Amino acid sequence: MACLRILFLLVLALPAWGADQEAEITRFLGETFGQPPAAETLWIVGDLQPAVRSILEHDYPAARVRYWRGGTRTVWVLDEIGKEMPISVGVAVNNGAVERVKVLVYRESRGWEVKSPAFTAQFSGAKLDSEKRLDKQIDGISGATLSVRALSRLTRLALLFDRQTSKGGKP
Amino acid sequence: MQRRPNHIPLAALTLALMGILSTPAGAETNTDDRLRALELRLNTLESENRALKDQVKQTEQKIEATGTQMDRIASQGGASNAATTFGGYGELHLNKLKNRKPGGSNKDELDFHRFVLFMGHQFDERTRFFSELEVEHGLAKDTATGSSGVVAVEQAYLDFTVSDAMSVKAGLMVMPVGIISETHEPPTFYGVERNPVETNIIPTTWREGGVAVTARLANNISLDGMISSGLATTAAKNFAVRDGRQSGASATAKDPAYTARLKWSGIPGIELATTAQRQSDITQSADATAGAATLYEAHAVLNHGRFGLRALYAAWNLDGSGPKAVGADKQSGWYVEPAWKFTEQWGVFARRSSWDNRAGDTADSRYRQTDFGVNYWPHPDVVVKLDHQNQQSPSGLDEYDGFNLGLGYQF
Repeated sequence: MACLRILFLLVLALPAWGADQEAEITRFLGETFGQPPAAETLWIVGDLQPAVRSILEHDYPAARVRYWRGGTRTVWVLDEIGKEMPISVGVAVNNGAVERVKVLVYRESRGWEVKSPAFTAQFSGAKLDSEKRLDKQIDGISGATLSVRALSRLTRLALLFDRQTSKGGKP
Repeated sequence: MQRRPNHIPLAALTLALMGILSTPAGAETNTDDRLRALELRLNTLESENRALKDQVKQTEQKIEATGTQMDRIASQGGASNAATTFGGYGELHLNKLKNRKPGGSNKDELDFHRFVLFMGHQFDERTRFFSELEVEHGLAKDTATGSSGVVAVEQAYLDFTVSDAMSVKAGLMVMPVGIISETHEPPTFYGVERNPVETNIIPTTWREGGVAVTARLANNISLDGMISSGLATTAAKNFAVRDGRQSGASATAKDPAYTARLKWSGIPGIELATTAQRQSDITQSADATAGAATLYEAHAVLNHGRFGLRALYAAWNLDGSGPKAVGADKQSGWYVEPAWKFTEQWGVFARRSSWDNRAGDTADSRYRQTDFGVNYWPHPDVVVKLDHQNQQSPSGLDEYDGFNLGLGYQF
């Protein structure tokens, strides 16, 4: 019981800050743009709906998504369930290629390794091929298969949305 | 109000102007009247245009408000941000195994081995609940010879995210040891049955009630510490660790277990981990001839491109004259499993395993097994498996050789 008491006190003594999604989004935008542009909105309508479904294997659970554009760069903040909980991911796209992927909020009990820059750096430079798949191989993480797959899907979705909002883009 | 197309008034205006130009020069009065009429018409159109712009703006605001409301509803339930989520996995096995022991019974069995439902709930951004409820062997009922099948709470715990660097869990949890203990959904591993080394030595899937802390350090190094109920094995079972699992079912909590795991996964596709556990009495003080026990485990997982490799070693040391008398003071095993994925849908594997739950004496008690087979994933979350096993058992014990066919899923 002494060990339990020490453990409890140790936990209480730690800085109790939880995942604040909006703060993480603001930080990601600052890291990407410096001075973030105003948010714009993409409505998932028309031909975009089946294209989204083909990537996620389900509809995106919102009718619209926020995004930010500065020059040739766009930033997308998207959610997808890994195993049981949604993972919030920021994706920066520049000229149709992934510039950076960052896990903003991770809520699963296991698989936190997907947050590491060593893992997310694999997505840098990835583009969509003709079948809307990433043109790069992503090595997974043992014990985090579903989280890895969720990140891959969201990255593909961000590239699709970037293409859609670029001039003359088609889903 | 119906929106009027802009091109009709403009066309009318053009026709009117053409009419003005074609008017004789002497008809000034008529021209003035027409100009006044046109001016009046223009003023009316401008007014209507302003009203239309206001309506469009209001409509956009209404759509925005509707979208916001939809997002809010979506975040409360039925969508990716839902507070309560469900999932599951299951596996159906067909075993066609010939028993090489003289007089032994073959195993020709079709079994819905596991049907598991996940349920999770997010109380807030830092407090979550995870659970797995399992039916084993398709049916749970009392029979004349005891019972068949199991309905069990496989996991049920609260997860407190203290920070990105630390989580605390409390409840009934799978022990942080081995490769398939925590990640055991059928599409994630090769072979119809879970590998015999983790099953018999660790013993997977092993769950206990307790409190666990996970510290996530730099370079993808994580450290887990857990205080939980321990095993309660018996002399009647030759002190085999697998028979000591209490599964949080009115578990005797006299002699707790202390578990620590160090894991590194700094390079994508690679995991190196080691676990140690110590408990002060592996019979929960029920057998004076037994005593403390220590588990050591280490494993490596490598996935790069199409190639995969898993390797694991685990060993128990049991104190006391009781375990020593039957050779159960040492229980150990290892396996190596290379694999190759030809495509995203097809993969093959081979595995060599060796395990011994009575390795402390010179008696022949070691099992060895060679497996090879194929996994086919028609969907990343659905798998069909076929494998062949060749077992070498201690003299006089069941020795099963043959084929296994399996169907598994997760969602």
